[in-house]
Amino acid sequence: MKDPVDVLIIGAGASGAAVAWSLAETKMHILCLEQGGWMNPAEYPSTGRDWEAKFYGEWSSSPNVRGRPEDYPVNDDNSPIKVVNYNAVGGSTVMYTAHWPRLHPSDFKVKTLDGVADDWPIDYDALTPFFEENDKMMGTSGLSGDPLSPLTHPPMPQQPMGLTGAIFGKAMNKLGWHWWPSDTTVATMDYEGRARCINLGHCTPACAQGAKSSTDITYWPHAIRAGVELRTHCRVREITTDENGMASGVVYYDKDGVEQFQPAHVVIIACNGVGTPRLLLNSASSRFPNGLANSSGLVGKNLMFHPYAQIYGYVKEPTDSNRAPPTCLWSKEWYDTDLSRGFVRGYGVQFVRGAGPVFEAVVSEQKGILPWGDDHHRVFRKLNGHRLGFSAICEDLPEEHNQVTLDPVLKDSHGIPAPKIDYTISENSRKMMEHALARGREVLETAGATDICINSPIPWGGWHLLGTARMGTDPARSVVNEWGRTHDVKNLFIVDGSIFVTSGGVNPTSTIQALALYIADQMKQRLANLFD
Amino acid sequence: MPDQLSLTPRQREDLRTVAGMIVPASDEYKVPGADDAAIQADILATLGRDTKLVAAALDHLADLAGGPLAELDADRRDAVALVLRKHGGVAAATLVRVVLQCYYRDDRVLRSLGLELRAPFPRGHVLPDGDWSLLDPVKARGGTLRRAP
Repeated sequence: MKDPVDVLIIGAGASGAAVAWSLAETKMHILCLEQGGWMNPAEYPSTGRDWEAKFYGEWSSSPNVRGRPEDYPVNDDNSPIKVVNYNAVGGSTVMYTAHWPRLHPSDFKVKTLDGVADDWPIDYDALTPFFEENDKMMGTSGLSGDPLSPLTHPPMPQQPMGLTGAIFGKAMNKLGWHWWPSDTTVATMDYEGRARCINLGHCTPACAQGAKSSTDITYWPHAIRAGVELRTHCRVREITTDENGMASGVVYYDKDGVEQFQPAHVVIIACNGVGTPRLLLNSASSRFPNGLANSSGLVGKNLMFHPYAQIYGYVKEPTDSNRAPPTCLWSKEWYDTDLSRGFVRGYGVQFVRGAGPVFEAVVSEQKGILPWGDDHHRVFRKLNGHRLGFSAICEDLPEEHNQVTLDPVLKDSHGIPAPKIDYTISENSRKMMEHALARGREVLETAGATDICINSPIPWGGWHLLGTARMGTDPARSVVNEWGRTHDVKNLFIVDGSIFVTSGGVNPTSTIQALALYIADQMKQRLANLFD
Repeated sequence: MPDQLSLTPRQREDLRTVAGMIVPASDEYKVPGADDAAIQADILATLGRDTKLVAAALDHLADLAGGPLAELDADRRDAVALVLRKHGGVAAATLVRVVLQCYYRDDRVLRSLGLELRAPFPRGHVLPDGDWSLLDPVKARGGTLRRAP
């Protein structure tokens, strides 16, 4: 029997790392179990000539394609948007675009403002100090003062505009529409032991330079120095409970595949909007027959993905293609509700710099714009290095039929039932996507682009996994309370994207981490009566 | 789907033929075709997890052709390829992708495209900082965040 730990965190990704670091100052015995291992930047794709080919195999963003021992399968056959993630120390921050907007203040009050979904039980102001703290820890770059975004104070200057950014900036100015250099977690100068960005190219599948922030190189070194124990290649099967209905620990498989029990006084789940409901549902017991912390029946419900509406085209002048981080600018022109558009809520836009030659060839052939035969070479030279991309991140509203359940057949390599996704794109989202594609076409045509193509939704675009253990004050309508503690189990907390009430129209990682820091702070303030 | 770890000689021959149809050699651009021996060797050496799907696509191709693809006349070859592209599904897409991903990392091809023959790391690339006065109209227009009650 292992000695109990004070706090056991499941998952070492964006939120698990942040909560571990914040709680470390309490000097409690904190243990984190992570199903993946430490990454080795020397093996990252950009270190080899075959860097693009790797995206179709071992470095695919889809766990089903990658199939590494650290991954678990996801049945997403019944969803037009497929789940993408990464399982390692750092989690999906190892494999993300580093685009770093925050939810807006209005995103926390959508019921009050627009009469849809629900208000969050907390507001933007509650998170403000944690956004700031997180930006320093993750190391952000950007330009303060965007009139249509919450005020941020990035410690590093924005990324270069590059060739693509200038083309987009001029087009947006002609149309009189808002654009601004994106806040990103790409270091534009040496920062806290990280080297500055040298434009290795598309940095979504990990940065060999270490310029892109991921929690294995930001939070974790600090947390471990402060005494947090991180055990890798440990996959948690279930959270156990005692006779009082309190979490008593977890059953997990260690790096040798041996079943272990780790007792704990407090359990924190940080497994993302698919992994967290999967774990709670797999933790069903006689006392919690519908899954742990699921008296509301909402564990796994209200999955929000952010459908991406992407449109791209080709200009005569060269673009940055693969010679820079993929995103450089954003627009909030269509972020807020305007009912004259035919839908409620809105979307953020990220402008995409381009693609590498293999990606360009493969995708263009699939789209039918790159022919086979003698004309292949002429057309490829017209396309390659000339792409401009416009991607709208559409706010997905919560709907209970969009859900994560347990697959009755599919299991991971340890025999643990895999998650099953049932998801449809709502009519409101479809109208929003059509609006975005029309605006994107205007932008591209203003920039002189031709051969315009559409991906709507981006099928392998389920990066943002939100809403499946929502936050709220009513135990009948939510899974966790306003400071992240589950309503049903008073020593069980959730800190990842599953607690989002609504999704906003921006990449969520900044807000996920701010929430994790906020919950850690709430826990520290309540240590004397944490279980009351 | 065939449970193969490598391609049969017949499948290799059809792979070479179809690769040459996708990307033929060009004197104008001074590039080999994807049926070039070195590119074919790269494809075969790196098929890995794609082997089964590629083998399935080549078997489909053989069924459509009714014999070695290379022995068909040009019109018939094109017709077979068209059917494969339209109805070949994931297997056909994988076949085309492995051809293109090896073709577009060949030194001769990259040189013809004016691209450097190296991995992105550690040299990276240099980007122009750009003219940030382009932002002046956005700043002048201003705007306000939607207020939350």
